[in-house]
Amino acid sequence: MSGVAASTRVAKEPVAVVGIGQTKHVAARRDVSIAGLVREAAQRALLDAELTWADIDAVVIGKAPDFFEGVMMPELYLADALGAVGKPMLRVHTAGSVGGSTALVAANLVAGRVHGTVLTLAFEKQSESNAMWGLSLPVPFQQPLLAGAGGFFAPHIRAYMRRTGAPDTIGSLVAYKDRRNALKNPYAHLHEHDITLEKVQSAPMLWDPVRYSETCPSSDGACAMVLTDRAGAARAPRPPAWMHGGAMRSEPTMFAGKDFVSPRAGKDCAADVYRQAGVTDPRREIDAVEMYVPFSWYEPMWLENLGFAAEGEGWKLTESGVTELDGDLPVNMSGGVLSTNPIGASGMIRFAEAALQVRGQAGAHQVPGARRALGHAYGGGSQFFAMWLVGSEPPTT
Amino acid sequence: MTEVLSAPLVVEFPFTRSLGPVQSAFLTGLRERTVLGVRTGDGKVLVPPVEYDPATAEELRDLVEVAPTGTVTTWAWNHEPRCGQPLDTPFAWVLVRLDGADTALLHALDAPGPDSVRTGLRVRVRWAAERTGAITDIACFEPYEGEVTEPQAAPHEGEFAGEAVTGIVAHARLDYTYSPGRAQSQYIHALSGRKVVGERCPSCRKVYVPPRGACPTCGVATTEQVEVGPRGTVTTFCIVNIKAKNLDIEVPYVYAHIALDGADLALHARIAGIPYDQVRMGLRVEPVWDDSSKDSRYPDHYRPTGEPDADYDTYKELI
Repeated sequence: MSGVAASTRVAKEPVAVVGIGQTKHVAARRDVSIAGLVREAAQRALLDAELTWADIDAVVIGKAPDFFEGVMMPELYLADALGAVGKPMLRVHTAGSVGGSTALVAANLVAGRVHGTVLTLAFEKQSESNAMWGLSLPVPFQQPLLAGAGGFFAPHIRAYMRRTGAPDTIGSLVAYKDRRNALKNPYAHLHEHDITLEKVQSAPMLWDPVRYSETCPSSDGACAMVLTDRAGAARAPRPPAWMHGGAMRSEPTMFAGKDFVSPRAGKDCAADVYRQAGVTDPRREIDAVEMYVPFSWYEPMWLENLGFAAEGEGWKLTESGVTELDGDLPVNMSGGVLSTNPIGASGMIRFAEAALQVRGQAGAHQVPGARRALGHAYGGGSQFFAMWLVGSEPPTT
Repeated sequence: MTEVLSAPLVVEFPFTRSLGPVQSAFLTGLRERTVLGVRTGDGKVLVPPVEYDPATAEELRDLVEVAPTGTVTTWAWNHEPRCGQPLDTPFAWVLVRLDGADTALLHALDAPGPDSVRTGLRVRVRWAAERTGAITDIACFEPYEGEVTEPQAAPHEGEFAGEAVTGIVAHARLDYTYSPGRAQSQYIHALSGRKVVGERCPSCRKVYVPPRGACPTCGVATTEQVEVGPRGTVTTFCIVNIKAKNLDIEVPYVYAHIALDGADLALHARIAGIPYDQVRMGLRVEPVWDDSSKDSRYPDHYRPTGEPDADYDTYKELI
């Protein structure tokens, strides 16, 4: 800010993740209302933090478009279930990236010392509606959507393959890895115990080059986190995850010069996070990455976009096993969006997994000794990006 | 100046709702002519019941039965009932505190006119003849001067004969008047003359097709019209193998991004006139208009022109 000397600025409050909770993600949670679903995740996060509703100063909630369930402004009706009555409650909406940006809005409230302890939560109950319908309204005068959600992304994947010369098996390697990782995550939606690479590769081709086995499921689920300040972290019963950097960027869905394969907003967002965290070589300085991969090929694409590989080289990390759970740079330890996709919650699940990793609380999908992990979300037509970098130690600056 | 287009847009969908334990008991109760509420930790009875205490956030599960009679706490007269409302003659929207409850329920009151309604009016439930486990099982309320004989906040297990209602279908409908605005209206008018007309940004000189009236990069209005195409280059594509519900296109078909000659971004269209597995990036194509369909403003599909493929370097910035 011009005119303000750096010395007069007050340093941001460090932000710690002290509680994480999610539901067991499934195709349909017919036993609970939307309120019951979010309550379950929120209570697990409070339990993890050993806090009560009274300890929460504000609630920040996110979900994908209201049309998905047809409840307009559901946050109003969910205030009771989330103990938000009499407290500030904010709703965030940035399409598929919303789980990530919701967490960042909550984190900023703590960093800015507006609130000491904030509950943040994101959800989707896809079984109550049809997301495809919600995204393809019959707008007059426009050509009907010719290809569906996968058809929107498949041409960009083909463009990536052409640009990099990646062998066409890379996508199946990602799907095979993520589905095996999901077997180690009790909260993951898909648990394909009999998964083999051959099965992935022989699945029907839906939107060539995207096979059925390389697409995400449709899930009901919620994810919640308790974020707090330094004093709150000192009282936490379990090791916190500390936020070292967080950023959001957006760009239009369509514009002349847009790079759908590696969007500028994604690159800028990652660069901002690394700058905040003092990371100069993400490939070496980050121990684990949980990124938003709804179609398998987006793993190598994002590896390049986020600076883990040079342009054209992302697929080589996947092919050589670097991104496996026991690889040098594990990616999507939880099983990823490919195994679990309650759309609005998907971004927060990525952020939460990064935090679980540096807290050493990831169970069977724990990367041993993970000290720094990146959580990444994107949404819309590759137009919204949200990321955070969390560490096991408090930030030094 | 061409006419700006406008058309109705109806958005409707039968949303499903999983009720959870409390709403399930409430709606099953209505089917059996029983109104249930829920008791909070400090003894208040909430009707309609909620799952979580608005004051303390505690989970609420202690169901109680309240009377089908109550008192109007406030109201508003509805002169012109709309489609889907509880009554098709003018009625009062009322908040009714049922006997035994501490909160009020929103519903309709069947009354001859606004002069016959007042706060404090005693009313009772008029049950629907056919009940399915929905709020409409209460057809409406009606004025009632009789004594209260039913239970008042007696504990209830929430269980009834017959199957419990665990989900409902909530039909939602929104009626819009949609206008695509000046730029897209001009684009659509030009299409009926089989011309594809974009707009050039006065700042970056990029040509937008279809035009949106502004350049998203420079943030300035676009007005200069530029005819592009009709030929273009396939920049990338996918082969669609799943049949869309509302589209009469046989699978497999090719869905492609096509950069029309002179345009600075690709539009999306179907490729035909060539076996689907022979479509490739760089293929040169031209529009095929459907003469049989008057409504069809857009080319039915694009087909190969027979020209040599475009060199990758000529279109890689448009992918």
